[in-house]
Amino acid sequence: MPEPTLFDISKANRRGVRYPEPDVPEADFPQDFLREELPLPEISEHEVIRHFTNISQYNHGVDIGFYPLGSCTMKYNPKVNEDVARLPGFAFIHPLQPPETVQGALGLMYELQEWLGEISGFTDVGLQPAAGAHGELTGVLIIRAYHRDRGDEKRTKMLIPDSAHGTNPATSAMSGMEVVELPSDERGNVDLEALESECDDTLAGIMITNPNTLGLFDENIVEACQLVHEAGGLVYGDGANMNALLGTCKPAQTGIDVMHFNLHKTFSTPHGGGGPGSGPVGVVPELADFLPSPVVIRAEKGDEKNAPFYDFHVPEKTIGRVKAFHGHFGMFVRAFTYMISLGKEGLRDVAESAVLNANYLRALIKDSYNIPYDRMCMHEFVVQGEWEDAPDIQALDVSKRMMDFGIHPPTNYFPLIVHEALMIEPTETETKETLDEVAQVMNKIAKEAREEPETLKTAPHQTPFGRLDEVKAAKDLILNTSLPEDYGED
Amino acid sequence: MYTPHTDADREAMLETIGVEAVNDLFQCLPNEDLPDLALPEGITEMEALAELQYISSVNETTQELTSFLGAGAYNHYVPAAVDSLLRRGEFYTAYTPYQPEISQGTLQSIFEYQSLIAALTGMDISNASHYDGATAVAEAVNMALNRFRGRRLKFVLSPRLHPQARETVHTYMKGSDVEIVGEDLDPESDPEELISLIDEDTALVFVQYPDFFGQVYDYTELGEAAHDQGAMFGVHVNPIALGLLKPPSAFDADIVTGEGQPLGVPLSFGGPYLGIFATKKEFVRKMAGRLAGETVDDRGQRGYVLTLSTREQHIRRERATSNICTNQGLIMLASTIFLSLLGKEGLRELAALNYHKAHYAAEQINTIPGYLASPGKTFFNEFVVHCPRPAAEVNEILLQYDILGGYDLSESYPGMENALLMAVTEMIGRSEIEFMIDILAEETNA
Repeated sequence: MPEPTLFDISKANRRGVRYPEPDVPEADFPQDFLREELPLPEISEHEVIRHFTNISQYNHGVDIGFYPLGSCTMKYNPKVNEDVARLPGFAFIHPLQPPETVQGALGLMYELQEWLGEISGFTDVGLQPAAGAHGELTGVLIIRAYHRDRGDEKRTKMLIPDSAHGTNPATSAMSGMEVVELPSDERGNVDLEALESECDDTLAGIMITNPNTLGLFDENIVEACQLVHEAGGLVYGDGANMNALLGTCKPAQTGIDVMHFNLHKTFSTPHGGGGPGSGPVGVVPELADFLPSPVVIRAEKGDEKNAPFYDFHVPEKTIGRVKAFHGHFGMFVRAFTYMISLGKEGLRDVAESAVLNANYLRALIKDSYNIPYDRMCMHEFVVQGEWEDAPDIQALDVSKRMMDFGIHPPTNYFPLIVHEALMIEPTETETKETLDEVAQVMNKIAKEAREEPETLKTAPHQTPFGRLDEVKAAKDLILNTSLPEDYGED
Repeated sequence: MYTPHTDADREAMLETIGVEAVNDLFQCLPNEDLPDLALPEGITEMEALAELQYISSVNETTQELTSFLGAGAYNHYVPAAVDSLLRRGEFYTAYTPYQPEISQGTLQSIFEYQSLIAALTGMDISNASHYDGATAVAEAVNMALNRFRGRRLKFVLSPRLHPQARETVHTYMKGSDVEIVGEDLDPESDPEELISLIDEDTALVFVQYPDFFGQVYDYTELGEAAHDQGAMFGVHVNPIALGLLKPPSAFDADIVTGEGQPLGVPLSFGGPYLGIFATKKEFVRKMAGRLAGETVDDRGQRGYVLTLSTREQHIRRERATSNICTNQGLIMLASTIFLSLLGKEGLRELAALNYHKAHYAAEQINTIPGYLASPGKTFFNEFVVHCPRPAAEVNEILLQYDILGGYDLSESYPGMENALLMAVTEMIGRSEIEFMIDILAEETNA
């Protein structure tokens, strides 16, 4: 049963919160500026709680069931991280307070920069970007600034493999780059011949996701980076898939010059129904001066008697700020708590278990689904939701059917280079028992696809909502609701 | 342990995969040895909590200090119901609602947020939010640039548009040929001064309401001047002020952006916050960001989906209007719950409370010889104080008495060394205002 909207349940003169009477004399309002209508709904606190609790029941989340959304790393979000982010010492500090009153916060940011640097091999890290795509924008602007700083203004060509996430080309275009798509070779790696043919003096760089969106570690990564460097370009690393590399491989050592991290993927800050994310950027020494401002430095090292002193610092050739204030601090607290809890062995265990889980599930379903680029995967893998003897079935039908078993579908139709793609990322926090069950379900669905395709075509059956009409939504374009015309009249 | 596998599990899984050891799964890596990270060993939850409690205790909070700091982030009360709902795993452990059948909670809350923001700003439509107020302004500039397909390259920004929003615009526009004007005007000049800068090459005129100095202006004439030249008109708002003040639609704004933090989001040292973005219906296809739309399911039930995704990067790739691929999800939800709780009367009451407190503080400051607080100006909950000495010195003295005085305007406006930007919200009591006044009068006026 759909839940009525806030506007449907509104009744004149109800409210959910009250404020104290003013304890100061009341000032005259500016009559010319007063608003007449304020058509917001009026609801009691209890109704608000019930409304949102009820609609929450229509969501699937990591806390509810398996959520193998490829490239999104829907791992468990430890509860203690939520508690610490809400400690008054973190929640109630203003971004413009003098540094001497926020040494704890600045110290935490500094340590987070250091941890991210050590894990990835980058010497300098800037925390400001708000999300992965925002980190990409930051990284590409850094590459642009680096070339221009050297007076090399003709370098505007950005190479992007055809397996890349859509944000990569969009980011490059937004940064004034010309996008050239690179094919993948038959093993799912960057095609080195194609890459070499694009290496000229207009090359700004390449954007590489590694492990790539097929879940494969690019076997050509070192050579590809060398080719780009020899041509005078720089390598951008999309760190979306860093989960597989924690303690197993430092991206900077493979030749990447600048990379964003997704704290909401790799470092377990919750996805929040679509945000807030956090997309810090790591760079090699040559690019440190271009980081967005400000970064946190340890201005005074401190000794036995004196605590160190942390401060903000504007890098010399900074690209500028990419948002207000210092970044998503609440996410820094969560990610930092996660890291220090795991420590060095725990971080490696994350990568190992993530890769183990992906390969295990892959082994369990490989007889039922076609797997292109069939080799050992990293933290995720891509299968095809289509069969020759089930001509009407598409990947979307498989996805919708999975919901009937309490499983969130994998990422659909991505990467674009795989027909009817289902991109599956189990993550490290899932048990063997869960994976066994999921494999059973997926194998059953593969069988149903041939034997009773209608069951898939009309799925989901067990969810509170059936398939929604997206064409109607785009045609009608109802993007909001309001109080009824006769509102407030009894 | 964070990961669940027993040794027996691991062995059984490796056998199924057909390898002997976990290391065999990493043969594709170019490094022969696994890196030896120079990091400490892990710690337990109770140790981690203690460590973080210690780090947090080093900070001095707005609960311990009396804070008159605003400048784009405001210390407001957050009703308990907001966080209680945010902590539901159904909301915060979900992701972008790609699969609408099992994401109606998120989708309906986006639709309700869009509805509340449209009602609050008076605009036709709102998107599902951007990262923060500053990036929302940058996306507005990007939208205007795209709307005119690069044929209009001039952007007129008010000097009293948030300095960090303007800096963000400059960063976003690094790869383009746009010309940004207006920022160098005398920051204390009237907004009408911007009119002479608007011409047929102007894509967008952008102001703030209340502006960065807290002042409230009638932008009708400026908006008309922009439209006369065929330019778009944008207004950046403080959403709490709109509980009291005419919405920006009254000035015929084409785009309304805002920092949504005051709507139930803790200060949290600057983020995560919320970028409000609303516009007229005719521009919906030019707008970046996620959008939820109403529809029905195959059982005839009302439901919601993400819509108009053909504007977005995952479909259009390098031809997309923006690279943005998420919204502020949970923060957007916080503001939706906050506005639901306050409703029409609550928001009015909160805005009025802020207005009265700020005006009382300004009035009292004006009784101190040498101090001048926004005389003759209309303002909301924030105002400029001209001090008899550098604002930095005044702040230092106030801090000795556990008061965060305000934002030193010379940090963004060279030449305004003696000017302090002070905000007064409902969190500050009369006695705290009067204590601050006493210190100003007795300790800083020597």
